[in-house]
Amino acid sequence: MDKVSCYHCGDPCGNTKVVFDNKTFCCNGCKTVYEIFSDHDLSYYYDLQQAAGTSPAEIEGKYDFLDTPAIAEKLIEFQDGRMAIINLYIPNIHCSSCIWVLENLNKLNPQVLNSQVNFPKKTIRITYNRDSLSLKELVILLSRIGYEPYLSLEDLGKTTKSKDRSLIYKLGVAGFAFGNVMFLSFPEYFDIKEAQAADFWLTEYKTFFRWLMFAFALPVVFYAGQDYLKSAYKGLRARMLNIDVPIALGIIALFTRSTVDILFDYGPGFFDSLTGLIFFLLLGKFFQQKTYAFLSFERDYKSYFPIAVTRLLPEGGEESVQVYQIEKGDRLLIRNQELIPVDGILISPKTHIDYSFVTGESAPVPKKSGDKIYAGGKQISGAVEMDVLKPVSQSYLTQLWSNAAFHNQHSSEFRTLTDRIGKRFTLAVLSIATTATIFWLLTEPSMALNVFTAVLIIACPCALALAAPFTLGNLLRIFGNRKFYLKDTDAIEQLAKVDTAIFDKTGTLTKSNKEQVTYEGIVLNEDEKSLLVNTLRASNHPLSRSLYNLLADHDIITLDEYEEIQGKGLSARADDQQIKIGSAAFVGKNEDEETGKTVVHISANETYKGCFVFRNEYREGMSELFHKLSEQMDVAVLSGDNEGEKTRLQNLLPKLTPLFFNQKPEEKLEFVKSLQEQGKKVMMVGDGLNDAGALAQSEVGIAISENVNVFSPACDGILDAGKFGELDSYITASQKAMGIIKWSFVFSFIYNVAGLYFAVSGQLEPVIAAILMPLSSISVVGFTTIATNYVGRRLK
Amino acid sequence: MSVIYVLLTISVTVALFFFIAFIVSVRSGQYDDSYTPSVRMLFEDELVKKGDTSKEKRTKINPTK
Repeated sequence: MDKVSCYHCGDPCGNTKVVFDNKTFCCNGCKTVYEIFSDHDLSYYYDLQQAAGTSPAEIEGKYDFLDTPAIAEKLIEFQDGRMAIINLYIPNIHCSSCIWVLENLNKLNPQVLNSQVNFPKKTIRITYNRDSLSLKELVILLSRIGYEPYLSLEDLGKTTKSKDRSLIYKLGVAGFAFGNVMFLSFPEYFDIKEAQAADFWLTEYKTFFRWLMFAFALPVVFYAGQDYLKSAYKGLRARMLNIDVPIALGIIALFTRSTVDILFDYGPGFFDSLTGLIFFLLLGKFFQQKTYAFLSFERDYKSYFPIAVTRLLPEGGEESVQVYQIEKGDRLLIRNQELIPVDGILISPKTHIDYSFVTGESAPVPKKSGDKIYAGGKQISGAVEMDVLKPVSQSYLTQLWSNAAFHNQHSSEFRTLTDRIGKRFTLAVLSIATTATIFWLLTEPSMALNVFTAVLIIACPCALALAAPFTLGNLLRIFGNRKFYLKDTDAIEQLAKVDTAIFDKTGTLTKSNKEQVTYEGIVLNEDEKSLLVNTLRASNHPLSRSLYNLLADHDIITLDEYEEIQGKGLSARADDQQIKIGSAAFVGKNEDEETGKTVVHISANETYKGCFVFRNEYREGMSELFHKLSEQMDVAVLSGDNEGEKTRLQNLLPKLTPLFFNQKPEEKLEFVKSLQEQGKKVMMVGDGLNDAGALAQSEVGIAISENVNVFSPACDGILDAGKFGELDSYITASQKAMGIIKWSFVFSFIYNVAGLYFAVSGQLEPVIAAILMPLSSISVVGFTTIATNYVGRRLK
Repeated sequence: MSVIYVLLTISVTVALFFFIAFIVSVRSGQYDDSYTPSVRMLFEDELVKKGDTSKEKRTKINPTK
């Protein structure tokens, strides 16, 4: 059979192909979405982009909590008597078709008054008639067409914070003033000698021109440049000479010297250099700020937890309750695939809980009535009831966030290369300025002040301060294009210095949803296979489900007998065939089971056939990556899982790679901390909530994500799982970028030395400053951009 | 008053006008999302065209895509 892909979502259609309207669909969900679209004249959706859709998820009962007014009110941004406005985050938004269909929501439901998509942020802003359309109905409408909004605890109590646009305003002010001042100072560049000056037109308007420039410079210094002055002041108070100190010195020197110059008619002042300097510096700052609107690097458990759960009332009946309002002793109903929000005790007879995201255990954990279950796990077998032991803020998992690692900003301890150079630079500039001033005081005292300010002006490290923002900002973009999203430029500097790399196993080294299954033993015949598949079909055990999904399809046969024995396995009979699936003891195999391995044994007609061994599938390039990394740094694996994979990992990884298993989240954090105490620079690579502590504690925490739109814990960078094997080349590129910055420092020193010659000898004319400063800045910016692009091209 | 003052006043006023226009547009959030409007602009064209064509014609176009 040819591979047919779904008309709606583009996934290959398996055996469950659905044909409708001469088009094939992979599932009924996709077909339904197509029906909705074609009924409402929205089939243009498919013209715009082929197979643009996403198959809708199961939503039965999932959004009942939105009917609780208290919860709905907190999510809605604005409402009056008739209409309401809500902003929803929809991770599925990915193409122009999505924008089109979402902005035509009112065709699907006329009660939607207006909808507007913000594509980079993947959000939609919907205005709707709240009298005739409830929030729940709206969310269900979106989910039905495959655009399920992501609602999490984080959305509650979210204050709509106004976006910080001050940098753009400052840049606007500086640019505006810079342009005008350049015009106004242009006539001054022509060296008018005193003799001719009398009849030259400028002399008449000189004062007016100069005071106009002064007026333009005022907002630049006191508004646009205030960050540099403040930062320098803070640095000095903390007894730290950061790069902003010489910049602030330069700004102050430029401004006072220029003001004094025009006040006493000594000259035109340096307002052109002053405004240009601040404009270029802000431009660098702006360039450095690459933000990924659709990513968040600050997430904690709140964006992973649901908003509300179903509480069972003692007198019978259900109600939706906010997670924060759950109290000890409440009884909760947790549906299939729902998250357990609090620690509690299981009441229902049995369940399986998938803790892979929280603890790193790869296999779902079976629990029976009376067992303690911890928050964060995903419940994956039908609906169960549980009693609450602790409210959400005190649960085992959320306690991790009270650790100090989440509260201190480790970036504040980190001093960038520029700041470290800045310190020596300031000292050098000040000593040159003092020496020159003393020299002139002895020879010609009237020139002394002139020389002193000239040194401060010309030594203002504009090019130096621009080198890092442009190099790192550019590299940040290059990484972003290659699906490695870093939080800020500091992360690149940190990455370049890393000497220890720690990896989590489950979800980081292994693929999160794929397991490799191998069959060992006697080959099963067709009848046995068919019976096996049909038996698995009937079972809800997670292993049965994943095995069932992997095996080839067979015709459905009716089982004459079927029994599932808790904790042991399945037995079934059809016609004269009998099969047993389960643990070794259950199927009648006498050997001891190997510990730690996940194995399903099969016996047919009382004879042992063989077993299916479940293995984690490791990401491509993992082995190569470890070998490459181990050449330049220490590597280790820190897993929350059991030791089942130990031997296999040892074979795949370089010899003597330390492997640690059964690590709790706090233990991971402590491990990173102890390495840091030995002076190591640690890079932590993880994926789940269990790594959150270690990610926050490490110098660079990188979250691996198979889909960057879904949850990833707080970190410094998010790496697309497909690029996992390239991690080493990103580190090398970061190190090269640091080399580029050092080279541009050399360039800017050369310019400074040339400028200092004019300054020290007392011949600094405004026009020289006006040429030298932009020239050095632009050449440094040009050099760093070309060099980083070259480095970027060498990345795969 | 000399013409220079007049010219300067005019040029600074024009510059200020554009500067204020820039601030206003940033404040209104015009630069917050620089991608979606570029896509949205293209839809509206298509929609008008769609309104003119009959339904049968449209279904014919579909399979070719």
